[in-house]
Amino acid sequence: MPRIVVDVMPKPEILDPQGKAIVGALPRLGFDAFSGVRQGKRFELTVDGEVNDAVLAQAREAAETLLSNPVIEDVVNVQVVED
Amino acid sequence: MTETPLIGDYSTPNTELSGARVGVVTFPGTLDDRDAARAVRLAGAEAVSLWHADANLHDVDAVIIPGGFSYGDYLRAGAISRFAPLMDKIIDAANSDAKLPVLGICNGFQVLTESHLLPGSMIKNDHLKFICRDQVLRVENNQTAWTNQYTAGQEIQIVLKNQDGQYVADEHTLDELEGEGRVAFRYVGWNPNGSRRDIAGITNAAGNVVGLMPHPEHAVEAGYGPDHTGTDGLGFFTSVLTTLVGGAK
Repeated sequence: MPRIVVDVMPKPEILDPQGKAIVGALPRLGFDAFSGVRQGKRFELTVDGEVNDAVLAQAREAAETLLSNPVIEDVVNVQVVED
Repeated sequence: MTETPLIGDYSTPNTELSGARVGVVTFPGTLDDRDAARAVRLAGAEAVSLWHADANLHDVDAVIIPGGFSYGDYLRAGAISRFAPLMDKIIDAANSDAKLPVLGICNGFQVLTESHLLPGSMIKNDHLKFICRDQVLRVENNQTAWTNQYTAGQEIQIVLKNQDGQYVADEHTLDELEGEGRVAFRYVGWNPNGSRRDIAGITNAAGNVVGLMPHPEHAVEAGYGPDHTGTDGLGFFTSVLTTLVGGAK
């Protein structure tokens, strides 16, 4: 069944406390190559049947209204994935 | 709602105010609805339980959206609650000419920002920890439906307990809130969660919708606070009754 993947990230100007905590932990484990981490969210919307324009439009609207909060987050990707 | 005995000795509520009906919303995962209902009763009004799936507001004169973890705070704090059937009614009534007074406390504040009744949003505390402490607030705006029984600049002490309590908004929105006197409460002494400009609570332009992170409903009976006399939160609930009786706001 096809899935629509929606990726949501905190806006660049919004402090990401979770990302900050992770970037602090990485060097303790020996991963010293990374100076920053931003933690986002990935949603997988499963579709019974074919992904047509109407379904994709619904996914985009859901991404903008429910899956993300435009005050603090950006929808950075809406993509169809075939299994 | 089943009556729970009140602690301590209280005088008879002001009968002039006691006809008001204040709704208290319960979502799956709400925790502080009972405390909010007690606060309403202590102030002298009737507390009316509202269920998130109710189709109407049961003729209440004001609404409190209490704290807790509605829908487990999954997705984002307050995000799923915003789409509950009752929230559509609350949003319409708050924006109508009648200007229904609405108070959002903690998770309720998060629901109000997700509903766009109040600007900005809440993110995780800057120190990443859940925090629970006695918190001093300064009342910056005593002209709202929920703050008129305080004096401007008054400092009150109520409990703060949250995980996602960092108030954020863009600089333009923050300047607008400051310029219009819509910062209702500020943290005093220490900013417990990294909120922009020490903001603890805000109001909409009309003054009928107020949201804040700390919990006034937990400071309405003797027993709270360092000296166990703290009733600093009661003013929220007497304020809305004064608003309703006076017809202001």
